[in-house]
Amino acid sequence: MSSEAVLHPGVAVAHTEGHHDVHHHKQSFITKYIFSQDHKIIGKQFLITGIIWAVLGGLMSVLFRLQLGFPDTTFPWLETILGKWGKGGHISQEAYYSLTTIHGTVMIFFVLTAGLSGTFANFLIPLQIGARDMASPFMNMLSYWFFFAASIIMLSSFFVQTGPFAGGWTAYPPLSALGEASPGSQTGMDLWLASLILFVVSQLLGGLNYISTVLNMRTKGMSMTRLPLSTWGVFLQAILGVLSFPVLFSGFILLIFDRHFGTSFYLSDIYIQGVGALPHEGGNAILYQHLFWFLGHPEVYIAILPAFGIVSEVMSTNARKPIFGYSAMVMSMFAIVILAFLVWAHHMFVSGMNPFLGSIFVLLTLLIAVPSSIKVFNWLTTLWRGNIRFTPAMLFCIGFVSVFISGGLTGIWLGNSAIDIHIHDTYFVIAHFHLVMGVASMFGMFCGVYHWFPKMFGRMMNSTLGSIHFWITIVGAYLIFWPMHYEGLAGMPRRYYDYSSWESFKQFIELNKFISICAIITFFAQFLFLFNFFHSIFKGRKLTSKNPWKSNALEWTTPINPGHGNWPGEIPEVHRWPYDYSKDGHDFIPQTVPVGEEDKMDEQV
Amino acid sequence: MVSAVENRSRLHPHKFLLWIGIASIVMMFAGLTSAYVVKRSFANWMEFSLPKVFWVSTAVILVSSLTMHLSVKSFKAHERKKYRTLITVTAALGVLFAILQLYGFTELHEQGIQIFGVGSNASASFLGIITGLHVLHVLGGVIALLITFFRAYRTKVKRYDATPIEMVATYWHFVDILWIYLFIFFSLT
Repeated sequence: MSSEAVLHPGVAVAHTEGHHDVHHHKQSFITKYIFSQDHKIIGKQFLITGIIWAVLGGLMSVLFRLQLGFPDTTFPWLETILGKWGKGGHISQEAYYSLTTIHGTVMIFFVLTAGLSGTFANFLIPLQIGARDMASPFMNMLSYWFFFAASIIMLSSFFVQTGPFAGGWTAYPPLSALGEASPGSQTGMDLWLASLILFVVSQLLGGLNYISTVLNMRTKGMSMTRLPLSTWGVFLQAILGVLSFPVLFSGFILLIFDRHFGTSFYLSDIYIQGVGALPHEGGNAILYQHLFWFLGHPEVYIAILPAFGIVSEVMSTNARKPIFGYSAMVMSMFAIVILAFLVWAHHMFVSGMNPFLGSIFVLLTLLIAVPSSIKVFNWLTTLWRGNIRFTPAMLFCIGFVSVFISGGLTGIWLGNSAIDIHIHDTYFVIAHFHLVMGVASMFGMFCGVYHWFPKMFGRMMNSTLGSIHFWITIVGAYLIFWPMHYEGLAGMPRRYYDYSSWESFKQFIELNKFISICAIITFFAQFLFLFNFFHSIFKGRKLTSKNPWKSNALEWTTPINPGHGNWPGEIPEVHRWPYDYSKDGHDFIPQTVPVGEEDKMDEQV
Repeated sequence: MVSAVENRSRLHPHKFLLWIGIASIVMMFAGLTSAYVVKRSFANWMEFSLPKVFWVSTAVILVSSLTMHLSVKSFKAHERKKYRTLITVTAALGVLFAILQLYGFTELHEQGIQIFGVGSNASASFLGIITGLHVLHVLGGVIALLITFFRAYRTKVKRYDATPIEMVATYWHFVDILWIYLFIFFSLT
């Protein structure tokens, strides 16, 4: 411990002489692996739960893609498996809307938010900044268990008689506010709300920890300008989350009161056949949209900022080059965070917005293209003339840049209100956000898992399987989402259960069949990853070196299987930024090597 | 379990957590009051005066902030008896504040203004929800004060650390300032 350190009573007293659970704490199985307060275990808990949700969410998409790809075909096995949901061999309408709703909800919140940022923020922050653990390990543990409870509640909505919520992942009123709107608007919606409220609490507990740990717990020498970009990514996403999730929370509170306590925030005097006029007066659903999208748009960046950081880190390491434009990378992420709060209304261009106000939101939305382009330019220049190692992590890293460019460019179309009004709520939107946010963030997640798996489990994943997984996934992703742009431009609307009933959309039957087949193949290709992941945990090649990727970052200075407290002795001091690759005749120079002592490095690494 | 934390900053990490948590709570109330402003411009908005008892509750919470401040000072001066008394008074004032707020809504009800249910208006519902959430935050502070109060009666003190009481005080002053903001907001709008 540094002599400069100021230790706070009750926080660090027991650990001034170095911390390692092997020496200090006797832990039971439950305190070590279940109710663990070790950030690394919590990170793995988020990862495993996120993977389970990704499989379930992906499976839901396979089921509703069956309906979209084969609207006239009967699959008797569907009835065997799904019962009333698959009556007559078809996914029922209610089931279709529930599946699309819960697919969107869990993929965005439970997989791309909790699964991605929960995993890597927890696992990486203390290791990369040189801290024993998070600022509050107890709150950190709670953040996982709130997420777990949210997961159980969301899952339980599949087992209530009226089914899960079916009004779309945005839960717009009146479908969400009115129990009579659809079967899923009854108990299913209450469970959806309860689950999401617990999820928000989880995100807030986690986010508070990430921010205060990064700002307050860095080791000696670890200035903010020496932070690895992966830590910058999760740190900035935490700021976004902590400031935007409470607004969603306030929107949910008003929704609960409209649903159960007779208030009129969103509901108005709607007439329902067989029931009569509602007793509500003067409510307006647009109010909900404002509150929802104030989180909803930053949520896009909450999902992708960790991926930005992970990709930057992995790219520099595997290109054996310093990241190009470190400061520009950080500043562009800052710019994205600020702009993320100022663009929510571009989701509401068709809600009757004043055209002048719409123009302001167009301008602010298009401004995001500037920092995004800076990042893309820097990634490409980092790759340029690099000594690239095509590990699975690096492949997903390059794949990320590819899909981020492809999906990002269509954002320019959607950010323009004049064009957006034409393609709003069409498959163009689906294609855009799946590529730029869904696939890109998933690629960031895969990239991170392949790269930090050795640090997590002390073993290597199989790189051949990883490469096959990458190629099927990227080809599959493009084959699924590229054609959707054309469907959208031709006006094919999203959310329709049976588009083939409309003469104008019948032309897309063959194309949709193709998309569905690609989606099914791509989904099942993910089992290669699952097999590789779980098999490697137990049977993967054991690490012989603690730094298999020859990386500069601090996490690779811990033992192969670090205990709670991360470093057995003193926390190492940092002397340089983490991107000194191919410099002064050295392939890499770890952050712990003092400037001028590069030649003595071999003794320290 | 002992916390596995070392830090180099002069600001205690838990205090840091509290400040970021406060920022998060501010955003929730910002969302609600923004929604109030947006909804106000729609049709069917009812104007009414705030209950007079809110002036009294404002005075109560201001006094409670003063007693909280004095309790921290007495803790730091090792004046244990005075500290316990002041903590007790602060918690009692917090509970009194909550009771006065509830009384205010009874007053509104007697004037025929419905907060919830059939015949309610969004303007009154907003007031109910926003002040209700504020009261919940105050009661959270009261619970923290009670825990601190019982700790103050412990005979064995392992370490004389002002951090927990300072954190409770910060939170208490925050809910006080938050109420002043809400009171001014509702009065002006």
